[in-house]
Amino acid sequence: MADFVLYLRLFQYGFRRHSTYLAAALAGAFTNTVFGVLRAYVLIALWEARPGLAGYTIAEAVTFCFLTQGFIGPMQVFGRGLSFGDRIRSGDIAFDLVRPAPLLLWSLAEDLGRAAYLTLARSLPPSIAGAVMFTMVAPVSPWFALSFVLGIVVSFGWRYLVTLAACWTTDDRGMHTLSSLLTFFFSGMVLPLGLFPGWLRTVAEASPFAAMVQVPADMWLGADPPFSSLAFQLFWAVALLGLGALLTVAARRKVVVQGG
Amino acid sequence: MIETVSLSRDFKVRGTVVPAVHDLTFRVGAGEFVGCLGPNGAGKSTTIKMLTGILTPTRGRALVAGLDPARQRKALARRIGVVFGQRTTLWWDLPLRDSFELVRLLYKVDRSRFAARLAELTEVLDLGAFLRTPVRQLSLGQRMRGDVTAALLHDPEVLVLDEPTIGLDVVAKAEVRSFLARLNAERGTTVLLTTHDLGDVERLCRRVLLIDHGRLAFDGSVAELRALVPGQESIEDVVAHLYLSSTPAAPRTPRRTPDADPPIVTA
Repeated sequence: MADFVLYLRLFQYGFRRHSTYLAAALAGAFTNTVFGVLRAYVLIALWEARPGLAGYTIAEAVTFCFLTQGFIGPMQVFGRGLSFGDRIRSGDIAFDLVRPAPLLLWSLAEDLGRAAYLTLARSLPPSIAGAVMFTMVAPVSPWFALSFVLGIVVSFGWRYLVTLAACWTTDDRGMHTLSSLLTFFFSGMVLPLGLFPGWLRTVAEASPFAAMVQVPADMWLGADPPFSSLAFQLFWAVALLGLGALLTVAARRKVVVQGG
Repeated sequence: MIETVSLSRDFKVRGTVVPAVHDLTFRVGAGEFVGCLGPNGAGKSTTIKMLTGILTPTRGRALVAGLDPARQRKALARRIGVVFGQRTTLWWDLPLRDSFELVRLLYKVDRSRFAARLAELTEVLDLGAFLRTPVRQLSLGQRMRGDVTAALLHDPEVLVLDEPTIGLDVVAKAEVRSFLARLNAERGTTVLLTTHDLGDVERLCRRVLLIDHGRLAFDGSVAELRALVPGQESIEDVVAHLYLSSTPAAPRTPRRTPDADPPIVTA
């Protein structure tokens, strides 16, 4: 019970922590909207030339575009967002690792709070703008909400691993750059994964990145059988969190037993 | 309250083993106020980290409040308070008050006990003016008072401080010092601190441990420390002299085995 209150409080603080940077969120929402409009026109041109591409109608392609623009904030598509990242470089992580609460759950609660805030501040504006300016389709599956949350958890699991990897690499910038490139490309942010050729499509659709963006977007469009998609997301969420827990033990061992 | 037997810690640096702490044996009784001195790199912080469960000893053992820090870290965390002067355990973007609330939940401190303790600490450490200020906006002196408060909210029996007065101005330093002295005198909290500030030692510590090259070089009162180097005016000169001589003279062999009666060190 006390633990539940702790994590609930951490969720609230994650929300509040991000809400203090209102200007940054508004600027982000504005940028996401502008790029959404650009992407929408590119996709419209593409779908007019090749109707029914990847099984989408034009309205579905436009919906896909604005949905995924709205995912950039909550799914933290460009990486980072975890507060303990800087603390690894400064060495303060040693104190976080010895707190009487696991760093993984701790960060997850905070990150869900962050995502909740960014859903309001950075998902709604581009979605509303898109709906006003273009024709979009309404959500088909009620499972979208669950899929959206699972997408956030998968994104967290991935970023947790990338951030914690800095315990072993002296500098974390390379890892973060690589991670944001992979996420951006394989999640469906550039183009719907259905447009990727052959094996690349297979790889992309099986990757955890697809579980962050492509799968929840398709859930909105109702394109997939919901339960296999949810199971796919759940698989990656459990796998990444499990790996994260193992890596945390290794990190604590490294810090506590080997010393920094 | 704190007991170490042949406590040792090696670090591997590029394949070679560097002993940071070597064969450290000492004992601190309940209610003592002990200062730990030593040049940079002497092994003070490494010792503190082993006593608080952040580092595992390579050899030897430690016992703090009757617990093994390396094995019973979580249980120990509820019994001791730890402050690292160069680090902060507070949440950067949160108001100070919220950091305390998280500490309360983390250490499972009862709500009414927490409220009473916080009210008391707020008054003594004069936190009232900045309880609602985000930590990132606090001055170093304010932040340090916040960190000390966070370490004491669960009313620990032992308080361990690693350079608590580093970077503080004269006034802030005096405030932190008088608070620690009161804490020790009124609540009987055992205090162990490391410092480079000899003012801390002279004003607070009834007993001094001098660590050099990872070994215990001296264990005694401030007056005894002064007596080591006759003819020096200030305590600074005494300590500088001891640091510069590669093998500091030890007037007596540090206790090898902890004995049952609390060590009474008189000037």
